[in-house]
Amino acid sequence: MQNGKTVVIGVIGADCHAVGNKIIEHALKEEGFNVVNIGVLSPQEDFINAAIETNADAILVSSLYGHGEIDCRGFREKCNEAGLKDIILYVGGNLVVGKQDWKEVEKRFLDMGFNRAYPPGTDIKLSIKDLKKDLGIEE
Amino acid sequence: MDAILLIDFGSTYTKLTAVDIENEEILATAKDLTTVNTDIMIGFNKAYEKLLKNIGDKEVNFVKKLACSSAAGGLKMVAIGLVPELTAEAAKRAALGAGARILGVYSYELNKHEIEEIKNKRPDIILLAGGTDGGNKDCIIHNAKLLAEYIKDVPIVVAGNKNANDEIEEIFNSAGVFYKITENVMPKLNTINVEPAREVIRNIFMQKIVEAKGMKNAENFINGILMPTPAAVLKAAKILADGTDKEEGIGELVIVDIGGATTDVHSIAKGDPSKPGVTLRGLQEPYAKRTVEGDLGMRVSAMSLFEAAGTRRIKKYIPNTKYDIEERCKFLQQNVNIIPQTEEEYEFDEALGMVATEIAMERHVGTIESVYTPMGIIYSQVGKDLLNVKYLIGTGGVLVHSRNPEKILKAGLFTMETPNYLKPTNPVIMIDKTYILSAMGLLAEEYPDMAVRIMKKYIVRA
Ligand code: B12
Repeated sequence: MQNGKTVVIGVIGADCHAVGNKIIEHALKEEGFNVVNIGVLSPQEDFINAAIETNADAILVSSLYGHGEIDCRGFREKCNEAGLKDIILYVGGNLVVGKQDWKEVEKRFLDMGFNRAYPPGTDIKLSIKDLKKDLGIEE
Repeated sequence: MDAILLIDFGSTYTKLTAVDIENEEILATAKDLTTVNTDIMIGFNKAYEKLLKNIGDKEVNFVKKLACSSAAGGLKMVAIGLVPELTAEAAKRAALGAGARILGVYSYELNKHEIEEIKNKRPDIILLAGGTDGGNKDCIIHNAKLLAEYIKDVPIVVAGNKNANDEIEEIFNSAGVFYKITENVMPKLNTINVEPAREVIRNIFMQKIVEAKGMKNAENFINGILMPTPAAVLKAAKILADGTDKEEGIGELVIVDIGGATTDVHSIAKGDPSKPGVTLRGLQEPYAKRTVEGDLGMRVSAMSLFEAAGTRRIKKYIPNTKYDIEERCKFLQQNVNIIPQTEEEYEFDEALGMVATEIAMERHVGTIESVYTPMGIIYSQVGKDLLNVKYLIGTGGVLVHSRNPEKILKAGLFTMETPNYLKPTNPVIMIDKTYILSAMGLLAEEYPDMAVRIMKKYIVRA
């Protein structure tokens, strides 16, 4: 059953880790989302352009290779600039290099304007629950 | 003898080709100046007399007379989409493939200033796109409203988000706009769907544009002006590559047509990555793709060609020329009817042709970028990989009449100097010696098998 919501997903920056991206696509489709997958090696602009054309409700950004912080800087500002004012932004994967305190890392991404950020090893099912809540979809 | 007459009302010349349908041979060709400003039939009749003379004393009966046209400015279009790299680009590609000259490409919600600009450009058709199916519809509806209010007299092809169609229909109906709705040029993100829009554009061209350009009286004598000339060339290219049910095609190919004002490149090829481990990004490319470079030409566009290339890039091909490159380009632009006489003049023209081919191919083909990682290099490709295309074919006056078409076309091949451009590596180089491609695109409408066989016979190694 389609739930009528469109989500753009992809792996940001020069990051080519493709497996998690496919799993996320599959999991979202199972939950009835219309998934627009822009795949790996995707610059910020590609996420934003995709969200504009498809009238997306949320963007789920993946970053696995450790450069997530640099790649994600300015994302929210660009969304605002492009007229995607209240679009929901999530980010997850292996956002930073090495063992860092997650609370610290999370705060940095929330300060950047992401609605939610997820630590390594998060079960995507849990994030989808959050997403449904944030989009006001009845369970 | 039964024959078919194929006519190309070109911007400068009206070119006729007579095909003997029993023996599948070109009987004769002839041309004269196009006379669209007075009566298109004056030039046609002159060319026709020459043609009959060239045929000689054989008795011919023309069972069909089919035409294409790029006279009176060709088919002029404006393409409108949402995001520049997505639906606006998809709309542009659809229009180019329909044989149009693109006067402008617009994106996002139009403002009054842009509407005014579009109006002043006087397009023959406007292609309106925006949004994937189920995606954004605010933008296309906004633009439809503005068009309905300010530009009522230009036919509009709507090829955007299908969810917006009902509302657009109401807007255009109540404003009395002539419009046709067809499938979305980008139904899903990055997925292109240009054929339905191309077909609708062609129909409007036949129904309305031919008449608007004062060529209706040609249709008293001929069976119809079926399409714009570039669409006929693309059609010929496609059928030559793919073949028909009965006749085998020759496989993937690229066609280059250098003119005085523009350089056209057509490719009939999938363009998927030819090497493993390459990630494809961005908007999908049409299988039959046409690009037009308005700044690359031998005469009218000689100065813009100079600006695009620069002295060194032209000089690479004529290191010992006595000319100052910029001065000579300026001269050629001001004297568009110059035909080279001396060896030096020939060489200069050849060099311009080579640079035009080189740059036009760079803009047509896809590019590959390497991303360095500690694991080694990974690649991402945007656009078509044409490395393994089997044929590179030259057409158009400049190449057909050149002494050395092979040399000019070879400037369009892959080179290690710029390895990120995915140009053909080692294609067979051919030339449309009898200049029949557009005619064969027309013939293919009625006799596709024959068109393939004739092209195989008449398009020869350069
Ligand atoms: C396979 C792999 C590769 C393959 C990738 C093949 C491919 N094309 O997919 C290759 C060999 C190419 C590779 C290269 C590199 N890799 Co690697 N790779 C891995 C490995 C072993 C598995 C990744 C994987 O597929 N996991 C399985 C999937 C299902 O899980 P996932 O990707 O994590 O995704 C899930 C979750 O993270 C989450 N998720 C992901 N995104 C998001 C987003 C949101 C919003 C949410 C809610 C959830 C979410 O949901 C997903 C599905 O369950 C990991 C280590 C590991 N075990 O994770 C390292 C790992 C990711 N790689 C790493 C590194 C450093 C690299 C390289 C830079 C060099 C290197 N040392 O190998 C290059 C980078 C290349 C590049 N430019 O991207 C590091 C990253 C370190 C960091 N971030 O701190 C890791 C963690 C290994 C390590 N411990 O050092 N790698």
